[in-house]
Formats: sequence, C-alpha cells, structure tokens
Amino acid sequence: MKKIEVNNLTKIFGSHPQQGLKRLIDGEQKENILAETGMTVGVNQASFSVEAGEFFVIMGLSGSGKSTLIRLVNRLIEPTSGEVLIDGQNIVEMGKNELIETRRKKLGMVFQQFGLFPHRTVLQNVAYGLEIQGVKKEERNKRAQRSIEDVGLHGYENSYPKELSGGMQQRVGLARALANDSDILLMDEAFSALDPLIRKEMQDELLNLQNKLGKTILFITHDLDEALKLGDRIAIMKNGEIVQVGTADEILENPANEYVSNFVKDVDRSKVLMASHVMKKPAVHMADKSGALAAVRKMEEVGASSIFVVDKDNNFKGLLTIDNAISAYKSSLPIENVLIEDIHEISPETPLNDLFSVAVEAKYPLAVVENGKLLGIVSRVSILSGLVLGKKEVTAP
Amino acid sequence: MNYFTLPLEEWTNRFVDDWLLPVTGEFFDSISEGLRTFVDGVTDLLIAAPPELLVLILIIIAWKFSGKGLALFALLGSLYLGSVDLWEAAMQTVAIVIVSTLISIIIGIPLGILAATNKTMATLVRPILDFMQTLPSFVYLIPAILLFGLGNVPAVIATFVFATPPAVRMTTLGIQQVPADVVEASKAFGSTKWQLLYKVQLPLALPSIMAGINQTMMLALSMAVIASMIGAPGLGSVVLEGISTVNVGLGLTGGLGIVVLAIIMDRITQGLVRNNKK
Repeated sequence: MKKIEVNNLTKIFGSHPQQGLKRLIDGEQKENILAETGMTVGVNQASFSVEAGEFFVIMGLSGSGKSTLIRLVNRLIEPTSGEVLIDGQNIVEMGKNELIETRRKKLGMVFQQFGLFPHRTVLQNVAYGLEIQGVKKEERNKRAQRSIEDVGLHGYENSYPKELSGGMQQRVGLARALANDSDILLMDEAFSALDPLIRKEMQDELLNLQNKLGKTILFITHDLDEALKLGDRIAIMKNGEIVQVGTADEILENPANEYVSNFVKDVDRSKVLMASHVMKKPAVHMADKSGALAAVRKMEEVGASSIFVVDKDNNFKGLLTIDNAISAYKSSLPIENVLIEDIHEISPETPLNDLFSVAVEAKYPLAVVENGKLLGIVSRVSILSGLVLGKKEVTAP
Repeated sequence: MNYFTLPLEEWTNRFVDDWLLPVTGEFFDSISEGLRTFVDGVTDLLIAAPPELLVLILIIIAWKFSGKGLALFALLGSLYLGSVDLWEAAMQTVAIVIVSTLISIIIGIPLGILAATNKTMATLVRPILDFMQTLPSFVYLIPAILLFGLGNVPAVIATFVFATPPAVRMTTLGIQQVPADVVEASKAFGSTKWQLLYKVQLPLALPSIMAGINQTMMLALSMAVIASMIGAPGLGSVVLEGISTVNVGLGLTGGLGIVVLAIIMDRITQGLVRNNKK
C-alpha cells in the first residue's frame, strides 16, 4: 500500500511561479529561468512513492531542494504544481481545516535544529501535538509519557530543552513526533546537527523503533553513509530533481548517471556492509534441554566439529567443540563446564571492515550477539565473500 | 527656495475649524466623557484610599517583583512625597500614567501582533509609529486641547500617542524573534493560527513585550509631566508652577517627586521582564 505518493511536484520561488512553471515544462533549464526571470526552481517535477512501513531516504547536497521537498509533503511550503497523496488523499487540494487535521493525525515531523518549544518542559513539548487536538490533560500526559519512554528519556519529563544535550533534545523531538501516533514520520536532517557518536546511536535507535512501531519514514539527509545505512530505498536529488530512486545496492551497483556514480564512488562497500548482512544462522545446541551426547549427535548431523550453545531464551552461552563434548560425556560433567566462553562477540552493526582484522586472529567463527542473544555467526569465509560479492548475494537465502 | 507657497497652516486650520470640530465634535465629546470618568475614577480612588494602605501594597509589589532594596526605596520615597505635601499631586500623575499605559497596551499589543503576522499591516503601521514618535509632542498638544478640552483627558490622549509606539514595536519584535523552526514545528503538528499565537509566539515574545510595557510606562510618565502645560494636574503642574514663578525650591521638590515615581515604576516593570525571562 502506498502511504505517500508524490507526483510531478514542483516548487518555484519568485514573483510569477506559473510563468516559471510553463518554462520548466517546456524543458527550459533552471539556470536559464533564474537568469531570465530571477525565479528559483526549488523542486523540479519530483515523483516518488513511499510504501507503508518503508524507510525512504532522500539524499542530496545542500541546495538540492531536499528540505523544500519534505516541506511540500506536509505543505509547510505551498507547492507550485503537482500532487502529494497521503493515504490516497491529495494534501495540495485540501482546505485549511482538512490540512490541519491531516497534519495532526497522519504526519509527525522531526527537525534538524530540533524546533523544541523552549518555554515548555520535555513532557509539555511531547504532549504538544495532543494538546492542540484537545486531548484531555491526563490522557495526553499518559501518551506523551509512553513515547518519552520509547526514546529513553525517562526521568527527564520536567526538564526544559535547554538543560539537555543535543542528542537528548533530538530524542525529545522524536518523542514529540511519535506521541501523535501518526503513521508517517517526516525527518528533516534529523541527526545532522549531532556529533558522530550520538548520531550513530540515534540512527541505531531509530532503526529499532522503526522495527517496533512500523512507521513509514521519509528521511532527509546530506550524508550518503547515513542514507545507505538507514534507507530501505534511497532517492538521490540534484538541483531540485530526483535523479535516481533505488535500494542501496541498486544505487551502488548501477548509478543512474555520472552524478550519482561520482557520488558513490568513494563509498567503501565494506563500510556499508555490516555483520548482520553476512552472518549466518548457526546450528545451535540448547544447553539446558539435553546433555553432551545430544550435542555430539547434532554436530554429526550438521557435519561440524563445534557448535554454539544457547539457553532456552537464546541467550548466548559459549562454544562447544567435539573434543570437549566427548570428554564431558566421559567424565559425565554438565556441558556448561567445558564451554569455550572467550568467543569473540560482535554486534550486528559492526562494519565488515572492522571484522576483517578480528577474524584473522580468531580461531572460531565470530558470534553476533545483541543484548546477550545469539543472532548468528560470521565465519571468515562470509567476511571475505561479503567484501567481494556485496550485500545482495550473501544475504540471499 | 520658495518656488511656490504651500498654505499648510491655513489648510489645517480650515480643516479643523470647518470640518473636524463641527462634524466630529460630538464623537470626540463622547470619548472625552468616557475617558474623563475613567481617569477621574482612578484619581479619586487613589486619593481617597488611605495612603498607608497604598504604600503597603506598593511595598509588597516592589518586594515581590524587584527586591528588598526597592521595597525600602518605595517606603522612603512615599515618606518624601508625604513630607513635601505632594502625595495628592503624585496620585494624580500616577492615575494619568496608569490609564494611558493601559490604553496603550490594550491597543498597542494587538496592533503589534497584527504587524508581526501581516505584511500589509506592517507596512501600514510602521510610518504611523515613526510619525507618532518623531512629531514634537507640543504639536499634538494643541489639537488635543481643541478636541478634548483642558485637563487630564487631553493629557491621557497625548500620552497615549507618545507612549504607544514601543508597546507596538516591542510586541512585533518579540514575535518576529521567535525562531523559525519553532514556528514551523508548531505548524507541522497541526496548530491553528490562534494556537500558534497563544501557545508558542506570545509566551516566547513575553520578555520583549514586557520590555515594551516598561518603555511605554516610562514615556507615559514623562509625557504626563509635559501635559501639565495643557492643564493636567499632578507633579508636572507643580514643576510648571515652579518655573513660572521662578521658584527653584518648588521646581526641585516636584522634580524629585517625579524621579521617585520613575524609579519605582521602572524597577517594578523591569522586574516583570526578568521574571518572564526565567
């Protein structure tokens, strides 16, 4: 289902936008229009659509029109022509009340400079969207509280924005957008003002939230790495036009034109690929379910000389080699006693680049662990094949 | 340089005599009547109330909005006004200042809001404010007498003309200084224009608006003194009497009274500004 559909959307800044539009449709260059009429083409006949639950990133350098484009979607800027369908309804043709209603119910927005209300506490900021809808205080505070907890700001409800760090302020911005329970999040360079470490943390958390809440996200960035990391699909903008739309792989493999290929040529493929892309589902042994003999049988079954051991909640315990399993069986020890526990644990977001040096030293496959749970394993082979083949091949089932 | 003669003086007089006074006289009379009731009411109230009670209230307000220092100053100042027998004159001046400041605020702040949110309004309001601020006050004291007679009513009108511009300008400035991304955020979540105004713009513009009110009050005080020339009662007329009888002592006595009022009013309204910045 299409959540957002943008058709032929154009924005011309200037005194006679309709004249400019005519020239534009006649195929005139935007530089020409600027030189002859003094009007700036902000967005030039852009078309794209975003599926429900999709993470769609619009990437472009400054001046490419991306910030204008996202503001056309919720009509903070009036489009010159074209349509924007939100759940099939054209926002461009809506009356004032309908527009306000759509913004309240369907569109949340996060801003580069946070856009928090300095005179309101965190809780009052987050509850703002509900407050203007006339939701009762008790109810709106309850819902605001929930989204404050979603972004990990519990305990800061009564702080004022200026008392928080940049990263925390943007969490407030995110919580405010979530509190309305709108399906769509518009994020305008949401993490660009944050320092790199906080930024990475926020990106990861946003991905988690997206998994948990299933929002449709339209995300603007000037950072290609961020786009590749976050986007299910990416649109690349230049001079107000969308030059290519595709998945990260499609854009890296088949750049639509020279502009895009220049852009992506410096992208180190291994930097984009992460452990989660190349990890494989391991054969596992449930520690508390059965003993050493069962483990040996399992190893025989899958043809391996070692096996990863987890408990019934998939918490990672360690590695059991066949030799250790047999000696445990002989001396009738529980297998917990013979597990190799100093296995190299890595997070699913570890870039492949970093894995390379680790894998050279490691004797056994690397365990991909998140919050104590075993997600998969990465062997030396998959690191190397990942570097050669790219994301698509190695993740294909 | 006199290539042609511009009979502005004659035109103006003819306009005033033949049209303004006969046609609009009744209208201005009714305004005059309403204002007189208002100003006289406030004056009577301030004079009739026991001075001790007023001073107590003043000290509490001074303490709350400014601090111990001003509270003490208010006490000493009041004692001074009483000791030189100027309490009643001071209350007459205060009444004119209060009434004209109120009118300035009631008209000035909405006008400032309009000018901040509406371009046409802004281009319309700005030259009028420039005019009001730069025209020598004596120039409009004359028509004020013609339209409203002598006494405290023309004083209030002249003071209003003189003191309103900062209220308008500081309101406009305050609203325009609200960061664009904050306004954008408010709109993006579906605020109506009213919600944007009273939930975001006005609260954030409040320190600036308060500073405007402080300015308005100070200007009102200085004008209330000048307005003694058109028969406004109060400390100004004491000073005027001192000037016309070359009585230096009387002039100083009244002048100090004005200084006392100015300091108290200024510190209290500045306290309001500070309270709102926090």
